[in-house]
Amino acid sequence: MFKYFTRALTQRIFLAFLISIIAHAVVHLAPGEPSEVDPSNPLMKPEDIAQIRMAFHLDEPLYLQYAYWIRDLVNGDLKSFKDSQPVLPKIWERFLNSLPLFFVGTLIVWCLSFPTGIYAAVNRGSKYDRLSTFSSYALISLPSFFLAYVAILWVVNNFGVPVLGMRTFGLEEASGISRFMDRVWHLVLPSFLSAMGGVAVLSRYVRSQMLEVIDQDYVRTARSKGLDEDTVIYKHALRNALLPFITMFGLMLPAMVGGSVIVEQIFAWPGLGRLGYEAILNRDYPVILTLNFIAALLTLFGTFVSDVLYAVADPRIRLQ
Amino acid sequence: MTRKNINSPVRETWSHFSRSWFSVSGLIILAFLVVVAVSGKVLTEWYVVFDAETVRLPQKLLPPMSLANANLFDETKGLLFGRYLLGTDELGRDVFARMLQGSFVSLSIGLFAVGISLVVGISLGGLAGFYGDRKIGIVRVDTLIMRFTDVMLAFPTFFLILTVVALLPPSIYNIMAVIGLTSWMGTARFVRAEFLSLRDADFVVAAKALGASEMRIIFRHMVPNAVAPVFVSATLGVASAILAESALSFLGFGVRPPYATWGNILSDGRSYIFDAPWLFFVPGFAILVVVLAFNLVGEGLREALNPRLRRTK
Repeated sequence: MFKYFTRALTQRIFLAFLISIIAHAVVHLAPGEPSEVDPSNPLMKPEDIAQIRMAFHLDEPLYLQYAYWIRDLVNGDLKSFKDSQPVLPKIWERFLNSLPLFFVGTLIVWCLSFPTGIYAAVNRGSKYDRLSTFSSYALISLPSFFLAYVAILWVVNNFGVPVLGMRTFGLEEASGISRFMDRVWHLVLPSFLSAMGGVAVLSRYVRSQMLEVIDQDYVRTARSKGLDEDTVIYKHALRNALLPFITMFGLMLPAMVGGSVIVEQIFAWPGLGRLGYEAILNRDYPVILTLNFIAALLTLFGTFVSDVLYAVADPRIRLQ
Repeated sequence: MTRKNINSPVRETWSHFSRSWFSVSGLIILAFLVVVAVSGKVLTEWYVVFDAETVRLPQKLLPPMSLANANLFDETKGLLFGRYLLGTDELGRDVFARMLQGSFVSLSIGLFAVGISLVVGISLGGLAGFYGDRKIGIVRVDTLIMRFTDVMLAFPTFFLILTVVALLPPSIYNIMAVIGLTSWMGTARFVRAEFLSLRDADFVVAAKALGASEMRIIFRHMVPNAVAPVFVSATLGVASAILAESALSFLGFGVRPPYATWGNILSDGRSYIFDAPWLFFVPGFAILVVVLAFNLVGEGLREALNPRLRRTK
């Protein structure tokens, strides 16, 4: 067991090293530089550009730039190109903003997709099954911003509540309850929209996992013992279908950065995805790089956690 | 099982595929889309029947089916029945013609991106599966390729696409290439797994015993047997490439004008959602229908190719 963990861990550390190299190379090898953001500005003289390049180490060879990046990242002195603010606190602050969105979104995904998927699998081929199949495909086939615009129009027209941003400006003096309700209203729509794709994918996955186990011998045995249908489905079938979802849980972590760009952009939500988008617009290399790197580390962490949970849950894995 | 077993694999797959009403209608829509896309290219660029480019500012934001004002322009050219079938946009361009032109661009972005990811995925997966035991220095080829795949899988795909597309000079080819080069990992894993199990299959050993060359074994015997799951992921890949393009357009990094794509018509249309809702809903529904069709066909293929998911009736 211990050997299994250490192997999984060392493998991940090696991967993290490779990831940092590739992330650095991808960002720095692309043509264009932060010093060229505004080439038409007449006030930018060649010496200014040279000075900027020197200040950001852009005139040094690539491997040295990589070394500087890692050194600053580890020491915590990595500064943004744009406003010279330290990168890590900046990311941390945005991370805390993204967290409620991610948390509620994940909750919605898991709470909605299991009942939908199980019911569809149990009633395979029924009208409900076909309807849920069709609507989950429709949900992943829509551009997410299209759905978001329609949903915003609908909510604003019918409920008359503001939904953009994290809170309504100027409500600081209001009572606790209305401030809380304001936060909730601002949270509902973006978390639902960021959950929609997840619900569609996961409920399909729940359905197919349930179908795999529902014809197994032990399910038939349970039924022939005379157990009632609920016990058969939830105790004998579902528990055996749950195992692969440990992996899914680990893989959902990095969606916090990548999956949230569009939703946070639409709802003016100051989270990680929006930070990344702003950094890309400004060619703020340290922020782009660190965000990509952190997102990849989150993936590694997620897969590590799911490997560990898998080994805890399934003794067959440990022995390999 | 009945006499159906005698049929060829293709025919057997088709008989399972055609049983699902969803998949068949998806296939019909896709066939229609190909016709639309090709005729879109021909009729708006080579042999101009529908004019997608003329700017007619006095006739901007007209609703669908409105009559063109023939007194102002030579409107009989470039329009069907002298009407704007799907209205006009904020510059007075004919939305119908632009959608027609965009269908070709959108579809080719999807197809080229998937083509690139298939080439990369099949070659890397094939290399890892077939020559995995060879060594470069001290590292096994398989380890090298699969660790690289793991690294690529660790990046959040859309954020990586966005980063690279934003840093590269704007061009439609860059968008295709970047989407393709960030989505080959699944294919590589499938192909490697298939190759590993096929390497010791009887018919491959037999081919080897007959003295077939390695290239012949790989391309004649192994690849055709390994591509079934790849088909599925390719179909779904086109769908997600079309969506990725529209998301990029929304963030301002999509295909630049004068190219019209469904993605950039949709993202331009969002500013006029109150004044001219057709600019938003026409491309939105078009994307929905087409992506849905790709997804349904992909799912139908998955069910038809995987014996365990087949309906036993």
